[in-house]
Amino acid sequence: MHNKSVAELSRELERGEISSVELTQQFLDRIKQEDGRFNSFITLTEEQALADAKAADEQRAAGNATPWTGVPFAHKDIFCTNGVRTTCGSKMLENFVPPYDATVTENFRKAGAVCLGKTNMDEFAMGSSTESSYFGATTNPWGLGEGEKRVPGGSSGGSAAAVAARLVPAATATDTGGSIRQPAALCGITGLKPTYGRVSRYGMIAFASSLDQGGTMARTAEDNALMLNVMAGFDPKDSTSIDRAVPDYTATLNEPLKGLKIGLPKEYFSDQLSPTMEEQVRNAVKEYEKLGATVKEVSLPNAKLAIAAYYVIAPAEASANLSRFDGARYGYRCDDPKDLMDMYTRTRAEGFGTEVKRRILVGTYALSAGYFDAYYLKAQKVRRLIQQDFINAFKEVDVLMSPTSPSPAFVQGEKTNDPVTMYLEDIFTIAVNLAGVPAMSVPAGFVNGLPVGLQIIGDYFSEARLLNAAHQFQQVTDWHQREPQ
Amino acid sequence: MQWDIVIGLEIHVQLATKTKIFSGSSTAYGAEPNTQANAVDLAMPGTLPVPNEQAFRYAVMFGLAVNAEIERRSVFERKNYFYPDLPKGYQTTQLERPIVGPGYVDIDLASGETKRVRIHHAHLEEDAGKSLHEDFHGMTGIDLNRAGTPLIEVVTEPDMTSAEEAVAFAKKLHGIVTSLGICDGDMSQGSMRFDVNISLKAKGSETLGTRTETKNLNSFRFMEQAIAHEVERQMDILEDGGTIVQETRLYNGDRDESRSMRTKEEANDYRYFPCPDLLPVEIDDSFIEEARNSLPELPDARKARFMDQYGLNDYDAGLLSGDSKLAAFFEEAVSHGKDAKLTSNWIQGEFSARLNAEEKTVADSPISGAQLGDLVVRIADNTISSAGAKKVFEALWSGENDNVDAIIDAKGLKQVSDTGALEAMVDEVLADMPDQVAQYQNEEDPKKRKKMLGGFMGPLMKASKGQGNPKLFNEILVKKLGG
Repeated sequence: MHNKSVAELSRELERGEISSVELTQQFLDRIKQEDGRFNSFITLTEEQALADAKAADEQRAAGNATPWTGVPFAHKDIFCTNGVRTTCGSKMLENFVPPYDATVTENFRKAGAVCLGKTNMDEFAMGSSTESSYFGATTNPWGLGEGEKRVPGGSSGGSAAAVAARLVPAATATDTGGSIRQPAALCGITGLKPTYGRVSRYGMIAFASSLDQGGTMARTAEDNALMLNVMAGFDPKDSTSIDRAVPDYTATLNEPLKGLKIGLPKEYFSDQLSPTMEEQVRNAVKEYEKLGATVKEVSLPNAKLAIAAYYVIAPAEASANLSRFDGARYGYRCDDPKDLMDMYTRTRAEGFGTEVKRRILVGTYALSAGYFDAYYLKAQKVRRLIQQDFINAFKEVDVLMSPTSPSPAFVQGEKTNDPVTMYLEDIFTIAVNLAGVPAMSVPAGFVNGLPVGLQIIGDYFSEARLLNAAHQFQQVTDWHQREPQ
Repeated sequence: MQWDIVIGLEIHVQLATKTKIFSGSSTAYGAEPNTQANAVDLAMPGTLPVPNEQAFRYAVMFGLAVNAEIERRSVFERKNYFYPDLPKGYQTTQLERPIVGPGYVDIDLASGETKRVRIHHAHLEEDAGKSLHEDFHGMTGIDLNRAGTPLIEVVTEPDMTSAEEAVAFAKKLHGIVTSLGICDGDMSQGSMRFDVNISLKAKGSETLGTRTETKNLNSFRFMEQAIAHEVERQMDILEDGGTIVQETRLYNGDRDESRSMRTKEEANDYRYFPCPDLLPVEIDDSFIEEARNSLPELPDARKARFMDQYGLNDYDAGLLSGDSKLAAFFEEAVSHGKDAKLTSNWIQGEFSARLNAEEKTVADSPISGAQLGDLVVRIADNTISSAGAKKVFEALWSGENDNVDAIIDAKGLKQVSDTGALEAMVDEVLADMPDQVAQYQNEEDPKKRKKMLGGFMGPLMKASKGQGNPKLFNEILVKKLGG
């Protein structure tokens, strides 16, 4: 049962072969049994899930089911859930129970999906290893044999590990600089970061508002399409969401790929990529050629500037976004503040972890009088150049392909004391966020028994094409079906 | 030493939208604390601002009313600082690209001159909440009902040279925004708040002195006092050879004192940057045209019309046209009272004096324009004397009776204007005062003669039980006494 996809479970529910209550109970049992090893969940909502499952079964019986009615899944703990604590991986929000749903949460609720709980993440989505969570690191289900624990990637490492470990068939995630694609790659699952503005950010706790985008994680491209069908769309509560018709993303999954023009950005096949990783990615591209695609080299000349620009813009926005955590209205407040300044400084010093504080400091610095032009404005100019690189590339090709991450899952603790090396984890993913285009990571092989992800990048609003390309690949490969032991 | 005073103003105008600038909460004043603050206003995690189109419409109307350029693309920025009544830790405001560009307002001065005050720009922003320092036993209460109320901040050039000019400008602006209906103009509730930038320079000098900013003045009177106070303070320092510190000051109107709030060195680095949650505001021609077509009559146009339609002089028309409520009161009165000059005199005299004495605005007036108009009719047609009119006014104001004619009847204020009866009374009184009559007739100086006429009026009014028409008595006296 736990190996089945959302699409399969949905069909079984539809045929009455299993009830949502049974299904939900099975997954809950499995989480309770297995998650001690992974720590992929921060909060399990067992009672609520069973109540929702019961309601879903009634809904099915009444004949007004959606494909999601009764299907279990999980939310990254960055999406606000009415009445269920939402921590964002931080001590600051350890006991925060929002009185509202994120639009994404509400959409899944309306679709009848059954949320089993909230998944672990890097604190405030800042990280690439899910080690900065106040609730402890998440462990990658892959590579456990060697006695070493490996990171699942981040920041959506809880969602990725839970899906890879078959604790849920699907989970929501967010991606600011690679936080869906990199953990998807490291955990051997399929993840999609949509076009900026495609999915509402309302109720999704902000890290860097101009880069944050909610997206999907599941084992198959088809399940990602089913998720996006629920998540995508204009939201009047988010001024940056885009009012544009949402297609049925499952409808075009089976389009043939003949004639698909693939571009390989030469900057992404550089020295930073190990030969073994490169081999896997090139093999995947060959599969596409067999499916009728053509391949050419393209250039994203400003790609090398992406990390630098990102680590100005994202912390700058974060420094303001995180100012609201001041101990005044909700969340953590230090004990016995002696005055206002003491409340602010101790609340924030005690409530935030090291990486979050580092980024607030960097962002505050970048926005300061005398530095603003040299850092923030310059970074915005670079951002426009990077955007233009993608626009130019998509005049030549339909999709771009590259590795998702420079290396497979690394050992926990390996990079925690070296932030810059950690930041380089996102070297292939960050430019996509700066440009706002959609991208996926698709399982494409293994190196030393660890999954390798293929990144597929598309033009604005080309999610249907990306999902189509990923789905067709998954019809001729089985990387996405491999199960960690 | 002689000094020139240089004054610039920053005015926060609360827009009279029903809901907040970025959330659906009500903006109504006076509700229980924190009952008009939703998740967005509380800056709960993940919540996002959604702009209120009405605020943009009002800002555009304001821009058009002050002859300003409307910026087609304006940008909201985050102004970062920590304060408990600022829930997000930043204020969403505009800096580099405000919605209203340069414009101007012409003000009338007591000298009869007109002066142009330039507006540097006006931008949209959200108001903060309120910190309540009383009633919490050493703690601070936070009320976020006001947080997110839309404001336009109007910034002038330093074009004013006296408290009189600054107040004239402030009143003019008040008249404009209330006429537009974009602000309720209720200064006691903080609907308009003034920050005054003041500096002094040697008379005739081109170089501006160091300025101070006195913040949050919420009445014209306090503004006038605060300027006088600050000018004097700076003058004292400069004449003692001292230097002015660039700082923000707070003025206490009740004590006529000011104190430093923070100096330039202590000022925050607000780390402004464009708000990534809000797209740039695009204003197109049709939006501007629509706003232009919705503009009501503004004070300048109304003044011209009052002069033209009612024959008022420049001064009277200026006074009556500035405030839209006062103007409406006048027009209602004159539609009943006909005599515009007399109506104007009564509004500026008795009516304004009573409002001021009781610290009321036109809106709180217990008497209506129609009632004042009815009163003016009875003065003009000689039914009552001006002394009688004051009694009628008093009865209307106190609510004793709401009908002018009924009051006149009840109080027996009707004047006797029957010439035959009045002549008989004059004959009688003159017969009783032969000495005074002789004295009058022997006096050569017409001024003195005129004054002596007054000596007969007392007895005449007494004889008529106060109801004789004084004007007619006067005419008859002059005739009987031989010129």
